[in-house]
Amino acid sequence: MNIAVLSGKGGTGKTFVSVNLAAAMGQQIYADCDVEAPNGDLFFKPENVKETKIFVKVPVFDEEKCNGCKKCVDFCNFNALAYVKNKPLFFPSVCHSCGGCTIICPESAITEIDRTVGSVFQGTTKKNTFMSGKLNIGEASGMPIIKEIMNRITDSNQDAIIDCPPGSGCMVMETVQNADFCILVAEPTSFGCHNLRMVVDLVRVFNKPFAVVLNKGTDEINPTEEFLKDEKIPLLMKIPFESELANRTAKGEIAVENLPWVKDLFDQAIDQLRKKVGR
Amino acid sequence: MIVAVPVYDDDKTICVSFGRSPEFLFMDTETKEKTYLKNPAADAPGGAGIKAAQFVVDNKAKALLTPRCGENAANVLEGGEVILYKTTSTDTDGELKKFANGELEALSNFHAGFHGKQPN
Repeated sequence: MNIAVLSGKGGTGKTFVSVNLAAAMGQQIYADCDVEAPNGDLFFKPENVKETKIFVKVPVFDEEKCNGCKKCVDFCNFNALAYVKNKPLFFPSVCHSCGGCTIICPESAITEIDRTVGSVFQGTTKKNTFMSGKLNIGEASGMPIIKEIMNRITDSNQDAIIDCPPGSGCMVMETVQNADFCILVAEPTSFGCHNLRMVVDLVRVFNKPFAVVLNKGTDEINPTEEFLKDEKIPLLMKIPFESELANRTAKGEIAVENLPWVKDLFDQAIDQLRKKVGR
Repeated sequence: MIVAVPVYDDDKTICVSFGRSPEFLFMDTETKEKTYLKNPAADAPGGAGIKAAQFVVDNKAKALLTPRCGENAANVLEGGEVILYKTTSTDTDGELKKFANGELEALSNFHAGFHGKQPN
């Protein structure tokens, strides 16, 4: 069973929930897919880490062979190509690596080369397999990196906790597609509730079973819990707004390993989770 | 010489966006003849500036009067030897007159793309 942990905005506690869930369950892959700002390694401090560079294909042009027909320019749906001064002009930041220009060129003047966009790291922790993706600064899309992590999870035959990127964009959808169950982490504020609604809509599109973890919770009436009641969405766990937990987490500690009351909280959530997915 | 201006479909107001301008006005400075053509990049999902710049180059313009322009488009226009001038009002005829009198300054700041951010 693969569990995706997501949220409508950053900073709700996706990594906190994912890391503690993976550590409490053990024998799981922890996969950090927040490729723009991965930080699961701060908690797990993985060992024997192996880095694999991730490439995308980009076109290169043989200017001798190019006769200036501009078929590639017209074909490119992303407008990554222009033709000026009797030369093709390529914009890598706009290219989606579809390979269409290479196929369409009647003069075979276009070939593809690899361009590095980031890395996937894989290592081990006390009880888990650790995976993490990192997008190079300035790159537009982390999709190729997330796809590689998803492939590794599929090939491993191990269950995974997937720490998703924030929001509800393409990269989140890629991770949600591969999940059997989704955990939505939310805050008990108006803003938090608004962002939760966005990811609720998303997981409903993908028809995935899901439950919510309320982080930084207090006893006060709040819009997020009201929303959950109205929509009959199950609340898996309520993590209190508590200073010792915050301090230890800020130091990079895994809370379930050091704070028994947090361990109890996660164990109860895991029991509920197993009942929900029938395992 | 042909001069290009991004305009709205009222054919007289200069469009604030170069790449996604609904139309381009091409004027021949010798004959004063004006041609209005639909911008094929107006609804492009991405890379609109690049495609619009290619369109301006293909229509043989050697000058472009625009309030602003992105980096990618500027690269294409530079390759096509199009000189960019900065407009300061939305009045097409007024800006063309300033251009004819040599009163327009060269456009030298190229933005790196807005992509969801609000332009100033």
